[in-house]
Amino acid sequence: MAAPVKVYGPPLSTAVSRVLACLLEKDVEFQLVPVNMAKGEHKKPDYLKIQPFGQVPAFQDESITIFESRAICRYICEKHADKGNKSLYSTNPLVKASIEQWLEAEGQSYNPPSSTLVFQLAFAPRVNIKQDEAQIKLNDQKLSKVLDIYDQRLESSRFLAGDEFTLADLSHLPNTHYLVTVGNRGEAFSSRKNVDRWWNEISSRDSWKKVVEMQKSK
Amino acid sequence: MVMKVHGAVLSTAAMRVFATLYEKDLEFEFVPVDMGAGEHKQERFLALNPFGQVPAFEDGDLQLFESRAITQYIAFAYKDKGTPLLCEGKPMATVSVWMEVEAHQFDTAASKLQWELMFKSIFGMATDAAVVEENEAKLSKVLDVYEARLSQSKYMGGDCFTLADLHHLPVLTNLMGTTVKKLFDARPKVSAWAADIMARPAWAKVLAMKNQQ
Repeated sequence: MAAPVKVYGPPLSTAVSRVLACLLEKDVEFQLVPVNMAKGEHKKPDYLKIQPFGQVPAFQDESITIFESRAICRYICEKHADKGNKSLYSTNPLVKASIEQWLEAEGQSYNPPSSTLVFQLAFAPRVNIKQDEAQIKLNDQKLSKVLDIYDQRLESSRFLAGDEFTLADLSHLPNTHYLVTVGNRGEAFSSRKNVDRWWNEISSRDSWKKVVEMQKSK
Repeated sequence: MVMKVHGAVLSTAAMRVFATLYEKDLEFEFVPVDMGAGEHKQERFLALNPFGQVPAFEDGDLQLFESRAITQYIAFAYKDKGTPLLCEGKPMATVSVWMEVEAHQFDTAASKLQWELMFKSIFGMATDAAVVEENEAKLSKVLDVYEARLSQSKYMGGDCFTLADLHHLPVLTNLMGTTVKKLFDARPKVSAWAADIMARPAWAKVLAMKNQQ
Protein backbone atom coordinates (compact mmCIF):
# COMPACT_ATOMS: atom_id res chain seq x y z
CA MET A 1 0.00 0.00 0.00
CA ALA A 2 1.34 3.46 -0.85
CA ALA A 3 2.61 5.73 1.91
CA PRO A 4 0.21 8.49 2.91
CA VAL A 5 0.71 11.77 1.10
CA LYS A 6 2.26 14.63 3.05
CA VAL A 7 0.71 18.06 3.49
CA TYR A 8 2.99 20.73 4.92
CA GLY A 9 1.43 23.59 6.87
CA PRO A 10 -1.04 24.44 9.64
CA PRO A 11 -4.77 23.61 9.20
CA LEU A 12 -5.52 27.21 10.22
CA SER A 13 -4.11 28.36 6.87
CA THR A 14 -6.92 28.83 4.33
CA ALA A 15 -4.86 27.34 1.52
CA VAL A 16 -3.84 24.33 3.62
CA SER A 17 -7.45 23.72 4.67
CA ARG A 18 -8.49 23.76 0.99
CA VAL A 19 -6.22 20.79 0.38
CA LEU A 20 -7.32 19.00 3.56
CA ALA A 21 -10.99 19.31 2.55
CA CYS A 22 -10.17 17.81 -0.85
CA LEU A 23 -8.21 14.88 0.65
CA LEU A 24 -11.08 14.11 3.01
CA GLU A 25 -13.66 14.27 0.20
CA LYS A 26 -11.54 11.87 -1.84
CA ASP A 27 -10.82 9.50 1.10
CA VAL A 28 -7.08 9.83 0.56
CA GLU A 29 -4.86 9.12 3.55
CA PHE A 30 -2.54 11.94 4.47
CA GLN A 31 0.04 12.98 7.01
CA LEU A 32 0.03 16.57 8.20
CA VAL A 33 3.56 17.94 8.63
CA PRO A 34 3.69 21.00 10.88
CA VAL A 35 5.45 24.14 9.66
CA ASN A 36 6.20 26.62 12.43
CA MET A 37 5.28 29.87 10.72
CA ALA A 38 5.62 31.93 13.89
CA LYS A 39 9.30 30.96 13.86
CA GLY A 40 9.62 31.66 10.12
CA GLU A 41 10.16 28.03 9.20
CA HIS A 42 8.41 28.60 5.86
CA LYS A 43 11.06 31.11 4.82
CA LYS A 44 14.05 28.88 5.61
CA PRO A 45 16.13 27.13 2.93
CA ASP A 46 14.87 23.61 3.75
CA TYR A 47 11.27 24.63 3.19
CA LEU A 48 12.02 26.87 0.21
CA LYS A 49 13.30 23.75 -1.55
CA ILE A 50 9.76 22.39 -1.67
CA GLN A 51 7.90 25.71 -1.96
CA PRO A 52 10.07 28.44 -3.48
CA PHE A 53 7.58 31.21 -2.65
CA GLY A 54 7.83 30.42 1.06
CA GLN A 55 4.10 29.78 1.43
CA VAL A 56 1.94 26.95 2.71
CA PRO A 57 0.84 24.36 1.71
CA ALA A 58 3.42 22.18 0.05
CA PHE A 59 2.55 18.59 -0.87
CA GLN A 60 4.42 15.37 -1.49
CA ASP A 61 3.16 12.14 -3.02
CA GLU A 62 5.83 9.47 -3.52
CA SER A 63 8.41 11.19 -5.72
CA ILE A 64 6.41 14.25 -6.67
CA THR A 65 6.44 17.57 -4.81
CA ILE A 66 3.92 20.24 -5.71
CA PHE A 67 2.49 23.48 -4.33
CA GLU A 68 -0.39 25.96 -4.96
CA SER A 69 -3.50 24.62 -3.21
CA ARG A 70 -5.71 24.53 -6.31
CA ALA A 71 -3.06 22.63 -8.31
CA ILE A 72 -2.71 20.16 -5.42
CA CYS A 73 -6.48 19.64 -5.36
CA ARG A 74 -6.60 19.01 -9.11
CA TYR A 75 -3.74 16.52 -8.80
CA ILE A 76 -5.46 14.62 -5.97
CA CYS A 77 -8.72 14.46 -7.91
CA GLU A 78 -7.08 13.31 -11.15
CA LYS A 79 -4.88 10.70 -9.52
CA HIS A 80 -7.73 9.31 -7.43
CA ALA A 81 -10.58 9.79 -9.88
CA ASP A 82 -12.22 6.55 -8.71
CA LYS A 83 -11.89 7.18 -4.96
CA GLY A 84 -14.25 8.91 -2.57
CA ASN A 85 -16.34 11.71 -4.08
CA LYS A 86 -16.11 10.93 -7.79
CA SER A 87 -17.99 14.00 -9.03
CA LEU A 88 -15.70 16.43 -7.22
CA TYR A 89 -13.71 16.97 -10.44
CA SER A 90 -15.43 15.22 -13.32
CA THR A 91 -13.55 13.46 -16.08
CA ASN A 92 -16.30 14.40 -18.53
CA PRO A 93 -14.80 17.30 -20.57
CA LEU A 94 -17.97 19.40 -20.67
CA VAL A 95 -18.67 19.05 -16.94
CA LYS A 96 -15.01 19.64 -16.15
CA ALA A 97 -15.05 22.85 -18.22
CA SER A 98 -17.81 24.26 -16.02
CA ILE A 99 -15.95 23.25 -12.85
CA GLU A 100 -12.78 24.91 -14.16
CA GLN A 101 -14.73 28.06 -14.99
CA TRP A 102 -16.02 28.44 -11.43
CA LEU A 103 -12.72 27.38 -9.90
CA GLU A 104 -11.06 30.17 -11.90
CA ALA A 105 -13.86 32.57 -10.87
CA GLU A 106 -13.11 31.65 -7.24
CA GLY A 107 -9.41 32.25 -7.71
CA GLN A 108 -9.72 35.46 -9.71
CA SER A 109 -12.88 37.15 -8.39
CA TYR A 110 -13.79 35.68 -4.99
CA ASN A 111 -10.40 35.04 -3.48
CA PRO A 112 -8.86 38.54 -3.74
CA PRO A 113 -11.53 40.43 -1.76
CA SER A 114 -12.33 37.54 0.61
CA SER A 115 -8.72 36.78 1.49
CA THR A 116 -8.00 40.46 2.11
CA LEU A 117 -10.99 40.57 4.46
CA VAL A 118 -9.91 37.34 6.17
CA PHE A 119 -6.49 38.81 6.78
CA GLN A 120 -7.84 42.15 8.01
CA LEU A 121 -10.63 40.73 10.17
CA ALA A 122 -9.31 37.38 11.39
CA PHE A 123 -5.53 37.42 11.31
CA ALA A 124 -4.36 41.04 11.70
CA PRO A 125 -5.80 41.43 15.20
CA ARG A 126 -4.10 38.19 16.28
CA VAL A 127 -0.66 39.42 15.30
CA ASN A 128 -1.15 42.99 16.49
CA ILE A 129 -1.31 44.52 13.03
CA LYS A 130 -3.58 47.54 12.79
CA GLN A 131 -6.64 46.98 10.64
CA ASP A 132 -6.92 49.08 7.49
CA GLU A 133 -10.48 50.42 7.51
CA ALA A 134 -10.28 51.66 3.93
CA GLN A 135 -9.20 48.23 2.68
CA ILE A 136 -11.99 46.57 4.67
CA LYS A 137 -14.61 48.89 3.19
CA LEU A 138 -13.31 48.51 -0.36
CA ASN A 139 -13.21 44.74 -0.17
CA ASP A 140 -16.61 44.47 1.51
CA GLN A 141 -17.97 46.30 -1.55
CA LYS A 142 -16.10 44.04 -3.99
CA LEU A 143 -17.27 40.92 -2.15
CA SER A 144 -20.83 42.20 -2.22
CA LYS A 145 -20.75 42.50 -6.02
CA VAL A 146 -19.36 38.99 -6.38
CA LEU A 147 -22.00 37.57 -4.04
CA ASP A 148 -24.74 39.24 -6.10
CA ILE A 149 -23.43 37.36 -9.14
CA TYR A 150 -23.27 34.12 -7.15
CA ASP A 151 -26.83 34.59 -5.88
CA GLN A 152 -28.05 34.95 -9.44
CA ARG A 153 -26.12 31.88 -10.58
CA LEU A 154 -27.32 29.77 -7.65
CA GLU A 155 -30.95 30.64 -8.41
CA SER A 156 -30.83 28.25 -11.35
CA SER A 157 -28.08 25.90 -10.18
CA ARG A 158 -27.81 23.92 -6.95
CA PHE A 159 -24.04 24.30 -6.83
CA LEU A 160 -21.77 26.65 -8.77
CA ALA A 161 -20.82 24.31 -11.61
CA GLY A 162 -24.10 22.40 -11.76
CA ASP A 163 -26.12 19.87 -9.78
CA GLU A 164 -23.20 18.33 -7.90
CA PHE A 165 -20.84 19.60 -5.24
CA THR A 166 -17.48 20.08 -6.93
CA LEU A 167 -13.98 21.43 -6.42
CA ALA A 168 -15.36 24.84 -7.45
CA ASP A 169 -17.60 24.98 -4.36
CA LEU A 170 -14.98 23.36 -2.11
CA SER A 171 -12.47 26.03 -2.99
CA HIS A 172 -14.70 28.65 -1.33
CA LEU A 173 -14.91 26.87 2.04
CA PRO A 174 -11.76 28.17 3.76
CA ASN A 175 -12.14 31.94 3.29
CA THR A 176 -15.92 31.89 3.74
CA HIS A 177 -15.67 29.98 7.01
CA TYR A 178 -13.50 32.70 8.52
CA LEU A 179 -15.68 35.46 7.07
CA VAL A 180 -18.89 34.16 8.64
CA THR A 181 -17.30 33.28 12.00
CA VAL A 182 -14.53 35.57 13.29
CA GLY A 183 -15.05 38.01 10.43
CA ASN A 184 -18.68 38.74 11.37
CA ARG A 185 -19.70 38.79 7.74
CA GLY A 186 -22.46 36.17 8.10
CA GLU A 187 -25.12 38.61 6.98
CA ALA A 188 -23.54 39.10 3.57
CA PHE A 189 -24.23 35.41 2.98
CA SER A 190 -27.47 34.88 4.91
CA SER A 191 -29.14 37.93 3.34
CA ARG A 192 -28.82 36.41 -0.15
CA LYS A 193 -31.35 33.59 -0.45
CA ASN A 194 -29.48 31.29 -2.80
CA VAL A 195 -26.01 32.03 -1.44
CA ASP A 196 -27.41 31.26 2.05
CA ARG A 197 -28.79 27.90 0.89
CA TRP A 198 -25.54 27.06 -0.88
CA TRP A 199 -23.30 28.06 2.01
CA ASN A 200 -25.36 26.06 4.52
CA GLU A 201 -25.22 23.04 2.29
CA ILE A 202 -21.50 23.07 1.50
CA SER A 203 -20.36 23.98 5.00
CA SER A 204 -22.35 21.09 6.47
CA ARG A 205 -20.39 18.49 4.58
CA ASP A 206 -18.61 15.97 6.82
CA SER A 207 -15.27 16.72 5.19
CA TRP A 208 -15.50 20.40 6.08
CA LYS A 209 -16.66 19.72 9.61
CA LYS A 210 -13.57 17.57 10.09
CA VAL A 211 -11.31 20.34 8.80
CA VAL A 212 -12.88 22.83 11.20
CA GLU A 213 -12.19 20.37 14.05
CA MET A 214 -8.58 20.11 12.92
CA GLN A 215 -8.32 23.91 12.95
CA LYS A 216 -9.58 24.01 16.55
CA SER A 217 -7.11 21.47 17.83
CA LYS A 218 -3.91 23.04 16.38
CA MET B 1 -20.33 25.19 -36.01
CA VAL B 2 -17.29 27.40 -35.48
CA MET B 3 -16.03 28.33 -32.00
CA LYS B 4 -16.65 31.91 -30.97
CA VAL B 5 -14.56 34.23 -28.82
CA HIS B 6 -16.28 37.34 -27.57
CA GLY B 7 -13.79 40.00 -26.55
CA ALA B 8 -11.43 42.77 -27.58
CA VAL B 9 -8.01 42.57 -29.25
CA LEU B 10 -6.46 44.68 -26.49
CA SER B 11 -7.78 42.42 -23.72
CA THR B 12 -4.93 40.38 -22.26
CA ALA B 13 -7.36 37.72 -21.13
CA ALA B 14 -8.87 37.41 -24.62
CA MET B 15 -5.36 37.20 -26.07
CA ARG B 16 -4.71 34.12 -23.94
CA VAL B 17 -7.56 32.41 -25.71
CA PHE B 18 -6.56 33.60 -29.21
CA ALA B 19 -3.02 32.34 -28.59
CA THR B 20 -4.33 28.90 -27.66
CA LEU B 21 -6.55 28.70 -30.75
CA TYR B 22 -3.68 29.74 -33.05
CA GLU B 23 -1.27 27.28 -31.40
CA LYS B 24 -3.77 24.53 -32.12
CA ASP B 25 -4.60 25.74 -35.65
CA LEU B 26 -8.28 25.91 -34.80
CA GLU B 27 -10.76 28.03 -36.69
CA PHE B 28 -12.74 30.51 -34.68
CA GLU B 29 -14.93 33.56 -35.06
CA PHE B 30 -13.89 36.70 -33.20
CA VAL B 31 -16.93 38.62 -31.98
CA PRO B 32 -15.83 42.12 -30.95
CA VAL B 33 -17.29 43.52 -27.75
CA ASP B 34 -17.34 47.32 -27.65
CA MET B 35 -15.99 47.88 -24.16
CA GLY B 36 -15.68 51.64 -24.70
CA ALA B 37 -19.47 51.69 -25.10
CA GLY B 38 -19.94 49.44 -22.05
CA GLU B 39 -21.22 46.52 -24.08
CA HIS B 40 -19.63 44.05 -21.64
CA LYS B 41 -21.87 45.31 -18.84
CA GLN B 42 -25.09 44.91 -20.79
CA GLU B 43 -27.66 42.10 -20.42
CA ARG B 44 -26.77 40.33 -23.66
CA PHE B 45 -23.13 39.97 -22.70
CA LEU B 46 -23.84 39.29 -19.01
CA ALA B 47 -25.73 36.20 -20.17
CA LEU B 48 -22.36 34.90 -21.44
CA ASN B 49 -20.27 36.16 -18.52
CA PRO B 50 -22.14 37.30 -15.41
CA PHE B 51 -18.95 39.03 -14.18
CA GLY B 52 -19.18 41.43 -17.14
CA GLN B 53 -15.63 40.67 -18.28
CA VAL B 54 -14.05 39.53 -21.52
CA PRO B 55 -13.55 37.02 -22.96
CA ALA B 56 -16.56 34.77 -23.25
CA PHE B 57 -16.39 31.63 -25.37
CA GLU B 58 -18.75 29.33 -27.22
CA ASP B 59 -18.15 25.87 -28.65
CA GLY B 60 -21.48 24.54 -29.88
CA ASP B 61 -23.76 24.49 -26.83
CA LEU B 62 -20.89 24.98 -24.39
CA GLN B 63 -20.48 28.50 -23.05
CA LEU B 64 -17.50 29.43 -20.89
CA PHE B 65 -15.83 32.41 -19.26
CA GLU B 66 -12.48 32.85 -17.40
CA SER B 67 -9.62 32.78 -19.93
CA ARG B 68 -7.64 30.06 -18.11
CA ALA B 69 -10.68 27.78 -17.97
CA ILE B 70 -11.27 28.37 -21.69
CA THR B 71 -7.66 27.66 -22.65
CA GLN B 72 -7.66 24.47 -20.57
CA TYR B 73 -10.91 23.33 -22.14
CA ILE B 74 -9.53 23.90 -25.66
CA ALA B 75 -6.25 22.18 -24.80
CA PHE B 76 -8.07 19.07 -23.49
CA ALA B 77 -10.87 18.94 -26.03
CA TYR B 78 -8.51 19.37 -28.98
CA LYS B 79 -5.42 17.73 -27.57
CA ASP B 80 -4.58 15.95 -30.81
CA LYS B 81 -4.55 19.14 -32.85
CA GLY B 82 -1.60 21.50 -33.29
CA THR B 83 0.75 22.16 -30.34
CA PRO B 84 0.11 19.91 -27.35
CA LEU B 85 -0.28 22.50 -24.62
CA LEU B 86 -0.72 20.09 -21.71
CA CYS B 87 0.87 16.82 -20.53
CA GLU B 88 -0.50 13.40 -19.65
CA GLY B 89 -0.07 11.80 -16.24
CA LYS B 90 2.42 12.94 -13.62
CA PRO B 91 4.05 15.79 -15.62
CA MET B 92 0.62 17.48 -15.72
CA ALA B 93 0.84 18.08 -11.96
CA THR B 94 3.88 20.31 -12.46
CA VAL B 95 2.26 22.17 -15.37
CA SER B 96 -0.74 22.75 -13.10
CA VAL B 97 1.47 24.18 -10.34
CA TRP B 98 3.07 26.76 -12.63
CA MET B 99 -0.29 27.68 -14.19
CA GLU B 100 -1.44 28.56 -10.67
CA VAL B 101 1.80 30.48 -10.08
CA GLU B 102 1.12 32.60 -13.17
CA ALA B 103 -2.48 33.21 -12.09
CA HIS B 104 -1.77 34.10 -8.46
CA GLN B 105 1.86 35.20 -8.15
CA PHE B 106 2.85 36.68 -11.51
CA ASP B 107 -0.43 38.10 -12.74
CA THR B 108 -1.30 40.02 -9.56
CA ALA B 109 1.78 42.27 -9.64
CA ALA B 110 2.20 42.23 -13.42
CA SER B 111 -1.37 43.32 -14.15
CA LYS B 112 -1.08 46.25 -11.76
CA LEU B 113 2.13 47.37 -13.45
CA GLN B 114 0.58 46.97 -16.89
CA TRP B 115 -2.36 49.08 -15.79
CA GLU B 116 -0.16 51.83 -14.32
CA LEU B 117 2.45 51.97 -17.06
CA MET B 118 0.49 51.18 -20.19
CA PHE B 119 -3.29 51.32 -19.95
CA LYS B 120 -3.51 54.45 -17.81
CA SER B 121 -1.73 56.53 -20.43
CA ILE B 122 -4.02 55.12 -23.13
CA PHE B 123 -6.95 56.38 -21.05
CA GLY B 124 -5.24 59.68 -20.24
CA MET B 125 -4.79 58.93 -16.53
CA ALA B 126 -1.71 59.64 -14.37
CA THR B 127 0.65 56.86 -13.24
CA ASP B 128 0.90 56.22 -9.47
CA ALA B 129 4.63 55.91 -8.77
CA ALA B 130 4.11 54.33 -5.36
CA VAL B 131 2.01 51.50 -6.84
CA VAL B 132 4.65 50.96 -9.52
CA GLU B 133 7.44 50.76 -6.95
CA GLU B 134 5.50 48.36 -4.71
CA ASN B 135 4.61 46.03 -7.56
CA GLU B 136 8.04 46.11 -9.17
CA ALA B 137 9.39 44.85 -5.83
CA LYS B 138 6.77 42.08 -5.75
CA LEU B 139 7.37 41.10 -9.36
CA SER B 140 11.14 41.04 -8.75
CA LYS B 141 10.69 38.41 -6.05
CA VAL B 142 8.54 36.32 -8.35
CA LEU B 143 11.07 36.62 -11.16
CA ASP B 144 13.83 35.46 -8.81
CA VAL B 145 11.85 32.25 -8.30
CA TYR B 146 11.34 32.03 -12.07
CA GLU B 147 15.09 32.42 -12.67
CA ALA B 148 15.78 29.49 -10.33
CA ARG B 149 13.00 27.42 -11.90
CA LEU B 150 14.19 28.05 -15.46
CA SER B 151 17.70 27.01 -14.45
CA GLN B 152 16.26 23.52 -13.88
CA SER B 153 13.61 23.43 -16.55
CA LYS B 154 13.48 24.64 -20.14
CA TYR B 155 9.91 25.89 -19.80
CA MET B 156 7.86 26.74 -16.72
CA GLY B 157 5.99 23.42 -16.62
CA GLY B 158 8.77 21.15 -17.86
CA ASP B 159 10.60 20.34 -21.08
CA CYS B 160 7.95 21.56 -23.46
CA PHE B 161 5.94 24.70 -24.07
CA THR B 162 2.58 24.47 -22.33
CA LEU B 163 -0.24 26.67 -21.07
CA ALA B 164 1.97 27.39 -18.04
CA ASP B 165 4.13 29.49 -20.41
CA LEU B 166 1.40 30.67 -22.79
CA HIS B 167 -0.72 32.28 -20.06
CA HIS B 168 2.11 34.77 -19.44
CA LEU B 169 2.33 36.03 -23.01
CA PRO B 170 -0.19 38.87 -23.08
CA VAL B 171 0.89 40.70 -19.92
CA LEU B 172 4.56 39.80 -20.45
CA THR B 173 4.50 41.36 -23.93
CA ASN B 174 2.87 44.51 -22.60
CA LEU B 175 5.42 44.84 -19.80
CA MET B 176 8.28 44.48 -22.28
CA GLY B 177 7.09 47.75 -23.80
CA THR B 178 7.55 49.54 -20.46
CA THR B 179 10.40 50.28 -18.02
CA VAL B 180 9.59 46.95 -16.31
CA LYS B 181 11.53 45.30 -19.17
CA LYS B 182 14.66 45.89 -17.07
CA LEU B 183 13.46 43.35 -14.49
CA PHE B 184 13.33 40.64 -17.16
CA ASP B 185 16.59 41.70 -18.85
CA ALA B 186 18.43 41.46 -15.53
CA ARG B 187 17.72 37.72 -15.27
CA PRO B 188 19.36 35.67 -18.05
CA LYS B 189 17.18 32.55 -17.91
CA VAL B 190 13.96 34.54 -17.61
CA SER B 191 15.08 36.84 -20.41
CA ALA B 192 15.85 33.91 -22.74
CA TRP B 193 12.55 32.19 -21.90
CA ALA B 194 10.60 35.40 -22.53
CA ALA B 195 12.28 35.94 -25.90
CA ASP B 196 11.65 32.32 -26.87
CA ILE B 197 7.92 32.28 -26.12
CA MET B 198 7.27 35.74 -27.59
CA ALA B 199 8.88 34.60 -30.85
CA ARG B 200 6.34 31.83 -31.41
CA PRO B 201 4.48 32.16 -34.76
CA ALA B 202 1.09 31.70 -33.07
CA TRP B 203 1.82 34.69 -30.83
CA ALA B 204 2.73 36.83 -33.86
CA LYS B 205 -0.72 36.01 -35.26
CA VAL B 206 -2.36 37.25 -32.05
CA LEU B 207 -0.42 40.51 -32.21
CA ALA B 208 -1.36 40.89 -35.89
CA MET B 209 -5.02 40.94 -34.86
CA LYS B 210 -4.45 44.41 -33.38
CA ASN B 211 -3.39 45.71 -36.78
CA GLN B 212 -6.54 44.41 -38.41
CA GLN B 213 -8.80 46.53 -36.19
